[in-house]
This record gives sequence, C-alpha cells and structure tokens, in this order.
Amino acid sequence: MKILIIEDEKDMRHNMQATLEKEDFLVEPVATYKEALSKIGVYDYDCILLDIGLPDGNGLEILKTLKNKGYSDSVIIVSAKDSLDDKVHGLELGADDYLPKPFHMAELNARVKAVLRRRKLDGSNLLKVANVTINIDSHQVKVNSEELELNRKEFDVLFYLCTNQNRLVSKSALAEHVWGDYIDQSDNFDFIYSQIKNLRKKLSDKNAGLEIKAIYGIGYKLLVV
Amino acid sequence: MKLLNYTTTYFAVILVFLLAFWALIFYFEILDEIYDSMDDGLDNQKMLIIRKARQEPSILEKSAFEDGNYIITPTTPELSKDYTDAYRDTLMFMENESEYEPVRLLESVFQQDDSFYKIKVVTSMVEEDDLQKELFFSLLWLYLGLVLTIVLLNSFFQQKAWKPFYKLLRRLENFSIEKDDKIKFEKTNIEEFQLLNKRVDRLLKKSVESYKSQKEFIENASHELQTPLAISINKLELMAENADLPPKQMEELGAVLQSLEKLTRLNRSLLLLSRIENRQFAETEKIDWNALVKQIIAEFEDFVVHRDVKIILSEEESNEHSGNKDLAGILISNLLKNAILHSHSGSAVEVNISSGKIEFKNPGTKALVTSRIFSRFKGAEKADSTGLGLAISKAIADKMNLELSYTYTSQKHVFTIKFQSS
Repeated sequence: MKILIIEDEKDMRHNMQATLEKEDFLVEPVATYKEALSKIGVYDYDCILLDIGLPDGNGLEILKTLKNKGYSDSVIIVSAKDSLDDKVHGLELGADDYLPKPFHMAELNARVKAVLRRRKLDGSNLLKVANVTINIDSHQVKVNSEELELNRKEFDVLFYLCTNQNRLVSKSALAEHVWGDYIDQSDNFDFIYSQIKNLRKKLSDKNAGLEIKAIYGIGYKLLVV
Repeated sequence: MKLLNYTTTYFAVILVFLLAFWALIFYFEILDEIYDSMDDGLDNQKMLIIRKARQEPSILEKSAFEDGNYIITPTTPELSKDYTDAYRDTLMFMENESEYEPVRLLESVFQQDDSFYKIKVVTSMVEEDDLQKELFFSLLWLYLGLVLTIVLLNSFFQQKAWKPFYKLLRRLENFSIEKDDKIKFEKTNIEEFQLLNKRVDRLLKKSVESYKSQKEFIENASHELQTPLAISINKLELMAENADLPPKQMEELGAVLQSLEKLTRLNRSLLLLSRIENRQFAETEKIDWNALVKQIIAEFEDFVVHRDVKIILSEEESNEHSGNKDLAGILISNLLKNAILHSHSGSAVEVNISSGKIEFKNPGTKALVTSRIFSRFKGAEKADSTGLGLAISKAIADKMNLELSYTYTSQKHVFTIKFQSS
C-alpha cells in the first residue's frame, strides 16, 4: 500500500510518516504544493493525506486536479482549519474523509485503514486478529467459530483496538472515536474503564487470544497472546 | 413606540394645554365684550327712559320692575352729588325659569325739574355656567377633530415621505452579516434619507469587512495553535509507544499528555466560543428538542453509569423550534454534562421537558453566584474542567434566541432553557 503525505509542517509530517510506516505502509512525504503535483503526476497512490493550508498553494486545488484527471486515489483531508466550509467543500470535491488537527495517531491509522478498506473492495470485510474474527459490515465477532455477543460500544472499542493492534491507544483517542463529539470535552475518560473491563471478561470467557493491556494512565494496547 | 404615535402623543399633550390656555383667554375676552355691549345697551336705555320721563312724568312713580326693566326712586341732592354710574351683577327672579338668574344692573341718578331720582335699569345676562359648558364642549370637539386630523395627516405623510426610511428598516431587520448578502437602497429625493442610506451602506460595508477579518483571524489562530499541539501530542504518543520507558517515566509522560489534551480542549472551546459569538453558525432547521435530548442522554449513558448518577427524564410536551442543530447539541450536552459532573454519586439528575422549556436539575448544597456562573473561567471548581462550558452554553443560548437562566430551589441547581414564543 502506497501512501502520499502532503504536509508542510516538518514535525507533523514525520509523526504521520512514523505512524504509518509502523503499519508497513510505503510512505512518501512531500512538503509543498509543487512537489505534490509532480508526485501525483507520476505515481499512483492508494491513499493521499492532504493538508489544505500549504505555503505555495491551496490543497483543495490538488484535490481538484486529481478528480479532473480521473484518478481513483483515496484522499483524506488533514486540516487545522476545523471549519465547516472547508469540510463540506472538500467532501463535495470528492475527498473520502476529513480529519481535523489535532488528531491522535491511532485515529489517523484507523481512518487510513477505513478508507483503504472502503476503496479497494478487496473482498475483505473481515478483520482477523489471532483467533478473533470481526465482520465489519454486520458487526459480528467470532472467537474461533463461536459467536461473541458484544453491545455497540464494546464492539466499537474492540474494533478500534484491533485496527491499532500492538499500538498504544490513548484514552482520549478511544473516547473521541467511540463516544463521539459530545463526550470529547467531558474532561475525564475514566468511564472507559468499565467498558474495557466488560470487554476483557467477555474475551477471556471465550478464550480469545487477545489481551487488552492498560498502559500507565495513558491508555490501552491490544496484544496477541 | 412608533414614530407616528410618538408625534401624535406629543401633539395631543401640547394641544390640551394650548387649547385650555387659549380657551381661558377667549372666555374672558368674550365675557368682557358681552359686558361691554350690555353696559352700552343699559346706558342707552337709561337715556331713553330719562327722555321719556320728561314727556311722561308718571313713570317717575315706577318703583317696581314688574312689566318693565327699570325702577325709578326719588333721592336727595346730597346723595346724588357725587354719584357716578355703577354697573353690577345681581340676581333676579325670572318667571319663565322660576329661579334666580343673573342680571346686569345699571344704577344712576338724574335730575328732573328740581327733584333728584335714582334709576335702576336691568337686562338679562349671559349665564356663565352655560357659556362655560358650551365652550368646553366646543373645545372638546375641536380638540378631538385636531388630533384626528393630525393622526390622518401623519399617517398619510408617513406613508409618502417616510417610505424609504421604512424600507431601509425592513431590509436592515432581515440583514444578516454571516449570510454575506447585500442591502439594496431605495432611491430617494429627500436629502436626509440619502445621507442615511449612504451612512448605513458605509457602516455595513465596514462591519462585513471586520466580520470577515475576524473570521480569518480566528481560523488563523486555530491553525497556528492546533498544529504545534498536534505535533506535541503525537510525538509523545509515538514516544510512549516506541521507547521502552520504565513505569515511572511512562506515568510522567501520561501526565504531560493529559495536560496537552486539556490544552487542546481549552483551545477548541475558545475557538468554538468565538465562532458562536461571531455568529458563524448560520444554518437553521427544525429541531425536535425532545429527540435531541434523548439522543444525548443515550450518548452519556456510560459516563452516567461510571459516575453512579441517575438521569430521570420527564416529557410533558414536545418542543419543536428551529435553530442550528450543531449548537443545540452542544448546548444540551454542556448542560447535561454540567449537571452530571456536579452531582455526587448515588444522586439523580432530572431533565424536565415541558411546554416551551427544558430544565436540568441536580442536587447541590448551596446556590451559585448567579452573576458569575456564565462568565468565562468563573464557574469551574473542578480541576479537569475547562471552565468554558457554561459560557459556551450562554453564548449559544443568546445566538439561538433562547433564554438560559439559573435558579437554586429546594436544594437543587436548576438550569432552564426557555424558548421564545415566536
């Protein structure tokens, strides 16, 4: 999988690159509008992470160019301008997703994977981790071939952790992703703990080969045991 | 008060005094004139009687009024010597009206042959009370007529002359700066209105300009702050993931991350607040508030369970009002979150939806300072709250034309959203 990162902020670019390379993606970072245009003219990418506010041009122009030429590259707009206009405009122009800064690395990873899954239609609506199989469309989870009953929140938590397998997912990243917009300012994410506890119990009851490890007040990590 | 009513009221009040003053002068002038001509008449009559007495001395014996309007009595030369004609008002019994009525009386003396006589001539007089009554009613009609004329003329002229003014008013009322629409000005020949139109146009252009630059500033500020925050958080996340740090340092890292995330939330809240105050949420739609409240309560379910608080929802009435749905969601969730956060475990948060209002109640030990709770950074007592939740709620309420109020009744904090009946 090839991913192009168009981002003018050096540190931001490095962070994104480091995160995605850990998932074994082939990542190419560029910093300017010009560089970006020359790259997309030559190579095909599976996913393009596009910052709108570039020093030498508007990222939306790159999106327009892509769509005019009929390229099928998926595009995720990454923007510090959390403005509704940009979001609506970007999605209208054919972007696949819109990710406002600041975001968690786990969220970036999840979004990229979701876009790739939707785009490629490689027949796989199943995510397999150890002996656990998650059906993304029907929201069903099986351990070996045995059904694991989860409520919606538990499913979302498990799916998010599996997407970020072996990675540290911070509590606030998890809360924002699973509990949504309204909860993101609720200041204290301890309530996640009870969900995690239930999930752990259900997983161990079915002898799933997964462990949700708590990481010192920061968050959780899903490990295969 | 409408311009028309305003001027009419002024005229009406001024006219009352003006007419009263004028009536007073008029009344005395008229009275004076009447007396004057009556006295002239009496004088004339007196002279006629005296002349008649010279030809017909028998009338010198007439000592009662009876069928005539004069009496003549003899008098002495001493009394007559310095006598001057005197006019007086007196009462006289009138047969036709069977009561005493005021009459005007002239007393004079005259000499015939060697005898002196005193003569009294009377004539009936205006009845002052009748005159006053008549005058009062005439003035009343005049007054009403004048006021009516003023109202009619005013409204007529208002429609004609003030037309451009009222058109401008209507356009200004519908003007909304965030929709970026332009006001069309009516052509007018009246100089003042031309000036007004010109000034309003200039003012609006300036406001739109500063609104735009403010919007840009906020977006730029957002950009400048969010990126370094994102970089810091992400770097720490990667570091926590990659570096094999001992537990103690991981905990430190966690604390730094938490602070940075709080900073992010704070920044986001501040931006939201200025965006609301800059009226950047222009779209409106019909909102089913009951459904919205229920949806948000559902989203808070896990949070509520964790804090061991109950939410009791009672719906008496359904509320449908139009507004911006994003803002409505933030408003409801802020108030609900506030109530949950400030409830001790085991207690209950009540949400009552009744006709035209939504109430959020949670138990508390003492009332909050009403003047401060909606100010920025004033309400927060909890360490991990941004202190902006209620300020944002207030800004949203103002923006959405809702009334947000706080009361403390029977050991409960009550936040009420009232819908304006439009």
